[in-house]
Amino acid sequence: MDYLLTEEQIMIRDLARQIAVEKIVPVRAELDEQNKFPRDIMKAIAQADLYALFIPEEYGGLGKKSLELCITVEELSKACVGVATTYASSALGTYPILLYGSEEQKKKFLPDVATGKSLVAFGLTEANAGSDASGIQTTAKLEGNEYVLNGTKQWITNGGEAELYTIIAITDKSKGPRGASAFIVEKGTPGFTFGKKENKMGIRASSTTELIFNDCRIPKENLISKQGMGFIIAMKTLDSSRTGVGAMGVGVAQGAIDEAISFAKNRVQFGQPITSFQAIQHMFADMQTQTEAARSLVYSVARYIDSGAKDFSRASAMAKLFGTDVSMKVTTDAVQIMGGSGYMKEYPVEKMMRDAKILQIFEGANQIQRNVIALDMIREATRAK
Amino acid sequence: MHIIVLVKQVPDTSEVKINRETNTLIRDGVPSIINPYDRYAIEEALRLREKHGGKVTAVTMGPPQAAEALKEAVSLGADDVVLLSDRAFAGADTWATSYALSQGIRKIGDFDLVIAGKQAIDGDTAQVGPETADMLGIPFVAYIRKIERVEGKKMVAERLMDEGYDVVETSLPALITVVKEINEPRVPSLKGKMKAKSLKVTAWTAADIGSDENKIGLRGSPTQVVRIFPPTPRGQREILSGNVEEQVASLAKKLKEQSLI
Repeated sequence: MDYLLTEEQIMIRDLARQIAVEKIVPVRAELDEQNKFPRDIMKAIAQADLYALFIPEEYGGLGKKSLELCITVEELSKACVGVATTYASSALGTYPILLYGSEEQKKKFLPDVATGKSLVAFGLTEANAGSDASGIQTTAKLEGNEYVLNGTKQWITNGGEAELYTIIAITDKSKGPRGASAFIVEKGTPGFTFGKKENKMGIRASSTTELIFNDCRIPKENLISKQGMGFIIAMKTLDSSRTGVGAMGVGVAQGAIDEAISFAKNRVQFGQPITSFQAIQHMFADMQTQTEAARSLVYSVARYIDSGAKDFSRASAMAKLFGTDVSMKVTTDAVQIMGGSGYMKEYPVEKMMRDAKILQIFEGANQIQRNVIALDMIREATRAK
Repeated sequence: MHIIVLVKQVPDTSEVKINRETNTLIRDGVPSIINPYDRYAIEEALRLREKHGGKVTAVTMGPPQAAEALKEAVSLGADDVVLLSDRAFAGADTWATSYALSQGIRKIGDFDLVIAGKQAIDGDTAQVGPETADMLGIPFVAYIRKIERVEGKKMVAERLMDEGYDVVETSLPALITVVKEINEPRVPSLKGKMKAKSLKVTAWTAADIGSDENKIGLRGSPTQVVRIFPPTPRGQREILSGNVEEQVASLAKKLKEQSLI
């Protein structure tokens, strides 16, 4: 399939692919096995200017958009979703500043994000606030020129590794969802520490920790937009980044197909390669068709967002939902085709299958995506009357 | 610090096949790449520049399409490139190549260090580095696995040997060749790739570098390739197991079976 990418988009894809092949594939099993953060790979990604991709030119970036980010994330995910998550989470954490930050905040923080000096994390989830983000209990109280943060964020990607954290906290409990605000917290701020590193089923190269705020004082200039905008900022951030999770699904699905087909061509049973069996052929046909359909949707939604559209909530939810459901199915089938070998750690597909699972869960569980899609459909139907 | 890197464009040997009838390499459709050892040379030059400041110039001799190798060097971070390209250079062996390169380097002018890969994966001679140093009249050190320090006009480096390594001090300018143990080459940067894409590489001809026509190309080459052939494939091999007595018995049995004893 030709997606009519520009010469520059192809250049970006080839560069991400080169990083995947040269820097990620040789170490992915070790990173997975040892729960090891991919510091050297992040350095290579920074050196290749890929962090600059999603930062506007006036802040030292390259000013590329969703499609370029999706292409990059897809290529990285073909090799390792743990690495891709680490990279993509930096974009996720940066969106609140990109979308709602002041000129001063952008000037202060974005250039270091572009060079890769600052990795970023997004802190929304808490023990009692998962799919129901309104359950947030972390508080931020204005005292003089500072906000004082208290509470604990849970399962935060890039926790401990990132330099910058965009945090959603409650500034006025009486206002419900309208009482949340978004803040920028720098690593090293007194009162800001990290909990234990989580031991996960998949994406084990990525770091996941608690963020603990204990009378953590940050300058009031670190409030993003206005008080009360936290929930809107969080939702817009997730709307903008979700397509990228769909792209991760497309990447890991394609990675699993590529592994399975090169294995199956050489795997002989009943005196012939198993690719000669129609049972296997039809599985491959379905896997590739689903993956291509997911890729088409992801690219189309990314292009729609890049066209300047505002109403892309449903579209990005569909890209996330479909891309990640496909990835779970395709990686599971890849393990099935490879049989016992697929189940062993000598081959990468069992890891791909474990990695794919998180894509259906994080950045809005796929059940929540269905809510978003259906509610938007109903709203539209109601308006049409 | 001005560092010159010598690069060579080679066929990707992992893709090359041999024509069994003519015993020559089938180069058609084989992608060209930068000689892998030269990627370590480029990386080391970039690291030295990052540490000491200055600039990196990549130099190659080859047909016009060798400009692609120079563009790749730019995508990795090289500041400047020089392509030596002229029909008169064609058919050059290592001696004539080294002559052209040394003339090109003279024309570039001031430099502190020349770095090249230890050898090219197509010819595998490892001669162009030392010959070029000799023609430039500067010190040559092969097989560098680590540059310890550069201080003014002096450099201390580790030279990889069969057993262990030597610590070598050399005056600068010098020419060194590097082994793969020296670093891990980076991937290109997006800004570098964009710069490389719009780069116009102009070639220096034999006349531009003031070369003696008897010293370049086929005419300047004292060696000739008479025949190219692949090594004869090894026959089937088998490693015998067991203790010495068992192995001897097994070997004797097999030799008898083949009527060799």
